[in-house]
Amino acid sequence: MELQITWFVLWGVLWSVYFMLDGFVLGTGFMSGFLARTDTEKRVLINTLGPVWDGNEVWLVTAGGATFAAFPTTYALMFSNLYSALLLLLFALIVRGVAFEFRGKIDKPSWKSGWDIAIIVSSFLPALLFGVAFGNIFKGIPMRNDFVALSFNYDGGLLSLLNPYGLLTGVLFVLLFAVHGSLYSAIKTTGDLAQRAGNMANRLWLPLLVVAVLFLAYTYPATRLYDNYLQAPLLLVIPVIAVASLLLVKVFAAQGKLHKAFLFSCLTIVFVCFTGIAGLFPNLIPSSLDPGSNLTIYNSSSSPYTLKIMTVVAFIFVPTVIAYKIWVYRIFRARVTNEDVEQNSEAY
Amino acid sequence: MDVLTLSRLQFAVTAMFHFIFVPLTLGLSIMTAWMETRYLLTGDETWLRMTKFWGKLFLINFALGVVTGITMEFQFGMNWAEYSRYVGDIFGAPLAIEATVAFFLESVFIGLWIFGWNKVSKKVHALSIWLVAIATNLSGLWILLANGWMQHPVGYVLRNNRAEMVDFMALITNPYGLIKFGHQIVSGYTVAAFFVMGVSAWHLLRKNELELFKRSFRQAALFGLASALLVALIGDLHAVEIAKVQPTKFAAMESVWETKRGVGMNLFLLPDEKNECNAIERLCIPNMVSMLAFHDPNAEIKGLKDFPVDLRPPVMPTYLSFRAMVGLGTYFILASLAALFLSYRKNLEEQRLFLTLLVFSIPLPYIANQLGWIVAEMGRQPWIVYGVLKTADAVSKNISTMQVVMSLLGFTVLYGGLGVIDIYLLAKYARKGPDNDLSGILKTEGRA
Repeated sequence: MELQITWFVLWGVLWSVYFMLDGFVLGTGFMSGFLARTDTEKRVLINTLGPVWDGNEVWLVTAGGATFAAFPTTYALMFSNLYSALLLLLFALIVRGVAFEFRGKIDKPSWKSGWDIAIIVSSFLPALLFGVAFGNIFKGIPMRNDFVALSFNYDGGLLSLLNPYGLLTGVLFVLLFAVHGSLYSAIKTTGDLAQRAGNMANRLWLPLLVVAVLFLAYTYPATRLYDNYLQAPLLLVIPVIAVASLLLVKVFAAQGKLHKAFLFSCLTIVFVCFTGIAGLFPNLIPSSLDPGSNLTIYNSSSSPYTLKIMTVVAFIFVPTVIAYKIWVYRIFRARVTNEDVEQNSEAY
Repeated sequence: MDVLTLSRLQFAVTAMFHFIFVPLTLGLSIMTAWMETRYLLTGDETWLRMTKFWGKLFLINFALGVVTGITMEFQFGMNWAEYSRYVGDIFGAPLAIEATVAFFLESVFIGLWIFGWNKVSKKVHALSIWLVAIATNLSGLWILLANGWMQHPVGYVLRNNRAEMVDFMALITNPYGLIKFGHQIVSGYTVAAFFVMGVSAWHLLRKNELELFKRSFRQAALFGLASALLVALIGDLHAVEIAKVQPTKFAAMESVWETKRGVGMNLFLLPDEKNECNAIERLCIPNMVSMLAFHDPNAEIKGLKDFPVDLRPPVMPTYLSFRAMVGLGTYFILASLAALFLSYRKNLEEQRLFLTLLVFSIPLPYIANQLGWIVAEMGRQPWIVYGVLKTADAVSKNISTMQVVMSLLGFTVLYGGLGVIDIYLLAKYARKGPDNDLSGILKTEGRA
């Protein structure tokens, strides 16, 4: 029993760390169209992401793998029910990855501008789609599951995901990542580019706040997430930290203390995710049709034996991964300058 | 076509496309790491320029391998939800471990390797490509243990309407998975060896950078010979394991219809599936199939007719793929042996015919790898988990034909386009040859 709760928390951690890390890669990606004015500036932005984007994306693969190993029934139904949305997501992530690698390989303006557009679109789509997908998970998916007869039905398609609450969550993710990516760009670059990115983060903050407030308000009628908070008010710490972090982003960004603003932007993303995840418990994916069809940590989990093995693996390797990731992030902590990309033949 | 057929087709397309890039990554990571180590030890700049040249090709290839890998993980849930639900308890674990143990290591240190030339010491830089090589091969281990379980399920019980893991050690010591891993990684090394030999041969034919490409060529020939021999050796063990635990696959690989002792191998053979016999059988080597299967000339081989028709795999593609793979494997041993021999002669660049042959041999190990997977996966049909779950019962029930038509179409177009671009870029940079500009790196000279 306890292991299922452990894995529920780990599941939440993996997703929220993924959003925190890929959030700034995606944000920088789709904001690059607004932030960078010259080819060199575009290269600077891509090169701030170069050493880290792949490692950040692996958090998604791990979140997927962990869902598979710990909650196979949820993995099966989450991925098949969201088939078309995930397909678009896959296409976007594939294009984004090769775009970074391919863009600099042929020195022709048309080739480069083609990949520039590809980077913008393939970074924007995942941000929106993840938001829409998680909005719908918070809301519940129109599925009827019979765990005794093993029949699982889903009445909906891609279009049914595009309901107002799903879309609002999509916009929330886009704005979160836009601010996050702008702040990252501001602390990783120099000169005009850094200036522009910092200004952009400041300017986008108000729309983000408005959407975040709308999201928190609309969550009440649209979902059952607040039930847990009414039962255990202590949980309210999570959304309070989320909101406080979001306010501190602005406080520091307005003073030009952008490293601190970025740090609180990281916290905002993690705690916004956990606001939703704490509300879901013990569901992983609720059904919008009938509570008996909810996929919970109890009716969709692996056996205690498998969970035990996976817990050991996770407790050894996740801290190890975090340790060497921090080490590598520190190696690349310096800002990327125009001269860096112009002089280095290895740069993207 | 229905969801099942379309999903199988899509899995084949996406897996085979993914597997154009993986084998080269397996081998070229090690070769590049070796070159950089030689540079570290000798300070000889030719090794450094080799590292950079082959490393660049490695990266162009690596990018597509990574991004198409995500598809593989997602697809189990998207198209094979019944499978995922039924076996996730035991099959999900190696996938999650692969990501946690191997993918993180690979992705973080590839970033350090690409962008770290001026940021870390030479030793740490060389270490990072070794970690990439180790991680890449380690990911192979976990995914092949997962596939090994589908071929020969161990360490589970059927309980709560699904397969539940009861013995993790059995899963990770499954001989089928371990042998398959061995066979696969050395097949990947063969791809890399022939890639390096082929590209080097192209430059030697044009008398470009003789010193650098002769050195690359010799290293690849040695690596290729060792790998090609190991492919055959481990392949033999693999066949024995298949004969033991997957009799239907083995019978299809050799197109054996009647159960009998001391089965011989016909050098020319054509199966006739409709009439449950072989249309052509010529030049028989007596007792050879029994020998291969059980290392015993008189061993009994179970024929396909001993199994109900609906439990037999498609014989023709399994048999033909196996034959072609073995034929190619034999060629790899001979070609790399000849290459190694010639690489010690002074006038390697004058062996125009042989060098040309090697340029055209670049695709062959790729083809052999694909054929091997056709044998492995088609030969397992109609099972998705041998003897436990049929492929037909594994497909998602909550997706529509239209959805899979669209996704198959999308993958085909997207992968087709990216494949063309990637091969174009590989060819472009392979022809361009090594860079003379080491300015980006020589700044590090001062550091330890």
